[in-house]
Amino acid sequence: MSEILLQIEDLAIEFPSLERTVQAVRGVSLSVARGEVIGLVGESGSGKSMTALACLGLVPPPGRVTGSIRLVGHEVVGAPEAENQRRRGSVAAMIFQNPGKALNPFFTLGRQLVDAITNVRHVGRQVALRAALDALAAVRIADPQMALQKYPHQVSGGQLQRVMIAMALACEPQLLIADEPTTALDVTIQAQVIVLLRDLARERGLTVLFITHDLGVVGSLCDRLAVMYAGRIVEAGTIDGLFGSPAHPYTANLLQAVPMLGRGRVALTQIPGTVPNMANPPPGCAFHPRCPSARALCAQVAPAMASAGPGRMVACHHPVGALPAAGGPFRAVGAIPQ
Amino acid sequence: MTALLTVQNLTKRFQTRHGIVRAVDDVSFEVEQGETVALVGESGCGKTTVALSLLRLISQDGGRVLFEGSDLSTPGRAVEQAWRQRLSIVFQNPYSSLDPRMRIRDIVGEPLVTAYGLSGRALNERVVRHLSEVGLGSEHLTRFPHEFSGGQRQRIAIARAIALEPKLLILDEPTAALDVSVQAQVLNLLQDLQKRLGLSYLFISHNLATVESIADRVLIMYLGRVVERGPVAEVFAAPRHPYTRGLLDSVPSIDPRHRGRLKPVTGELPSTLNPPPGCAFAPRCARAGDECRRIPPPLVATGAGRFHACLHPL
Amino acid sequence: MTVEAIRAPASSERQVTNAMRVRHFARNNVLFVLGTVLLTVIVLAAIFAPWIAPYDPIEIVFLDKLKPPSFSHPMGTNELGQDVFSQVLFGARISLLVGVLVVTLSIAIGVPIGLLAGYYGGRLDTMLMRVTDVFLAFPPLLLPIAITAALGTGIFNAMIALAISYFPWYSRIVRGAVMRVKNELYISAARSMGVSSWRIMLRHALPNSTTPIIVQGSMDFGYAILAAASLSFIGIGAQPPTPEWGLMAALSRTRFIDNWWTVTFPGLAIFVTVLAVNLIGDGIRDILDPKQQSSH
Repeated sequence: MSEILLQIEDLAIEFPSLERTVQAVRGVSLSVARGEVIGLVGESGSGKSMTALACLGLVPPPGRVTGSIRLVGHEVVGAPEAENQRRRGSVAAMIFQNPGKALNPFFTLGRQLVDAITNVRHVGRQVALRAALDALAAVRIADPQMALQKYPHQVSGGQLQRVMIAMALACEPQLLIADEPTTALDVTIQAQVIVLLRDLARERGLTVLFITHDLGVVGSLCDRLAVMYAGRIVEAGTIDGLFGSPAHPYTANLLQAVPMLGRGRVALTQIPGTVPNMANPPPGCAFHPRCPSARALCAQVAPAMASAGPGRMVACHHPVGALPAAGGPFRAVGAIPQ
Repeated sequence: MTALLTVQNLTKRFQTRHGIVRAVDDVSFEVEQGETVALVGESGCGKTTVALSLLRLISQDGGRVLFEGSDLSTPGRAVEQAWRQRLSIVFQNPYSSLDPRMRIRDIVGEPLVTAYGLSGRALNERVVRHLSEVGLGSEHLTRFPHEFSGGQRQRIAIARAIALEPKLLILDEPTAALDVSVQAQVLNLLQDLQKRLGLSYLFISHNLATVESIADRVLIMYLGRVVERGPVAEVFAAPRHPYTRGLLDSVPSIDPRHRGRLKPVTGELPSTLNPPPGCAFAPRCARAGDECRRIPPPLVATGAGRFHACLHPL
Repeated sequence: MTVEAIRAPASSERQVTNAMRVRHFARNNVLFVLGTVLLTVIVLAAIFAPWIAPYDPIEIVFLDKLKPPSFSHPMGTNELGQDVFSQVLFGARISLLVGVLVVTLSIAIGVPIGLLAGYYGGRLDTMLMRVTDVFLAFPPLLLPIAITAALGTGIFNAMIALAISYFPWYSRIVRGAVMRVKNELYISAARSMGVSSWRIMLRHALPNSTTPIIVQGSMDFGYAILAAASLSFIGIGAQPPTPEWGLMAALSRTRFIDNWWTVTFPGLAIFVTVLAVNLIGDGIRDILDPKQQSSH
């Protein structure tokens, strides 16, 4: 295996208040090798975005972070803010769901790009301008020179997201963290951005941690993925392996519950219940109240992550493949074209 | 047989500071009793404007809207009332479509109070009935919206929408704001209600996979105009308009073998203020010729309920 | 890639008693609590004035005139021999009444105007807002002075004058809030169901605009007391022998150097009351601010 760029170990993030403590992340371990594009998938409250923010030391107060995050060998958790600040942009950069809110409406895109680059790379404005133009060209902006003169409101959402990616790339980070960067975009523009990120990762050997709730986006972009539920990773593996034969009932059911183009007019297998309230998550396996194969043990003991084949990990007492003559909703999973 | 809803040449223009925007341009379609018609397109294509003008939340600038053959676009209080009782809407975001200061009983009961002046026990019984139709119980009556999850809120919004026993429901991306694991619950509930209550749906969405799983017929809109329409299975299997093809090729698939197939349409939506003179899709279209840039192609029937507006169909 | 996720399951929902909630609240809102305590004392003093006051506040006893504070006269007496402490106690009734009436009246005039302007917009909005702008164009105390002068002096006319000069603020605030609320989907939902404009305004728009009204009202309560005292001080508000704080200060101001207590105690009463109300107003604003709420 190649060099580990990001190593998260037993990460936990809590938000305490008088009445309850929200346990946003409850023991996440994950490592990302240089050059890989990994998806972190989960619903609202799964802790995926908090995990991403923690990698840059950006967990908002009063969040309490414990565990360890090593970014290129340097510990992030507990490091002084100045040190984390220095790593943001240069070692790891982040792009967000809403590019419009990340840019200042009063300055041109060019000025904001150049400012970001000079801040992070400590280079002169001329060098920064050159880098900005290169980056804009790299994200396939038609006329980079023209784009530099524009204000954020003069370009579309898809173009803004490209500019954000360009800004991140121009700072030459080793890791790009993308938090739902395509969720706010139209279908055709989303596809453009996915293809762009895929090409950039391939051409430049960029390492990408891609956070999303959309299984399809992960499927068409990432090499591997980790599925989060209620603050924990429940399953991880390669895209082909995990989508081909999901082992955790949550993943398996989710693949059946989400409409997929090409399946025709079929009744969807619905997952009962709702995502748990993280102030009071269910004991044991957090998915057990919604799980068709849950037994008594599931309500008492949280399952540990265990190997489930080469490169596969799953945290489940009764993983899908291990069920005798896997009946019920899981049989249909095999129908996903392999 | 007359359709439940007939929309003929619906047009809506907005006067803005920078000029006139043709948000909806000459849109026609029907919705039959008990069927689901999907209105598909990206932001700015006019699909929401169609919904709002059907609900008469905004006025229309041209065309006719017929309900069971009778024109209900004439003003007047009685007509208005009849219209509202036949047609209602479920909005995309159940977090802002429910008044945070009202209890569930008042939210679901409001249309009943307005239309029939119901009160007291009669009102309570009706509200409980509609809540049970969407899978909620009478114990929820006195709670406030913030006590519910997104999926439950959308159920409440659906209960309110069916309270006047309408024949047609406009569903404006009803699952887009929900967690993926609860979307199926709401989609299944909608299908179930359709069967039990004989409802017709106008399903507005940008999500082609969801459309495929719920709709009978589909209209693809681009920049205010319908570019293709027909039965969902056939349109998706063999689209005629290059834009439809582009949309389908833009949907990311969980099947890793389809990875290479993600073929996005190049370019962006043109400005609605200054649309191209001919086919609005021509600037992004690989097949476009000079004639495409001159006149907008008309929507032509090609048999079996299919229509397309393209001079060089696939 | 290695992945592990093991942690002891722990429910974090704690048993929280009401006493704990109150303590937590008090710790985070010290000034609000202080304001509430002060105002409670003032309200109790006003209610029980006839029982607490050692003397009749308007009884003139020339033999006791201009006595400094002592055991029998805790705040001394004025040039007519009236007990200042008793006058201050009864004065609280008038000042609180001024606050309540002025705020109620301004809300009663201002809120409907703001509601109509915000909901309907367009020409009606322009018209109503230009009218309120006229009232806002005057310097703060000049308008009440002019109105009181026109209506005739007296504490009730002063209150009406203050309400007339305060109501435009409520119109502006409500208009802004309604314009924000108007774009919410639940309003569209109500309109699509044929709910009448009146019902939408009263059942949806108004309840969702109350927060800024409450905040402004709690602040104005203090300003009204201060302004009414000012009007009385310059002689066009309360008239003798009403024991009004501003008037008391005015009547004794020429003797301030030798008989400091005649002015100081009514002045202090004004200061403490306005301070208490403002602290409460600030507190309410913080408590009702949704951004503050989420950070608890």
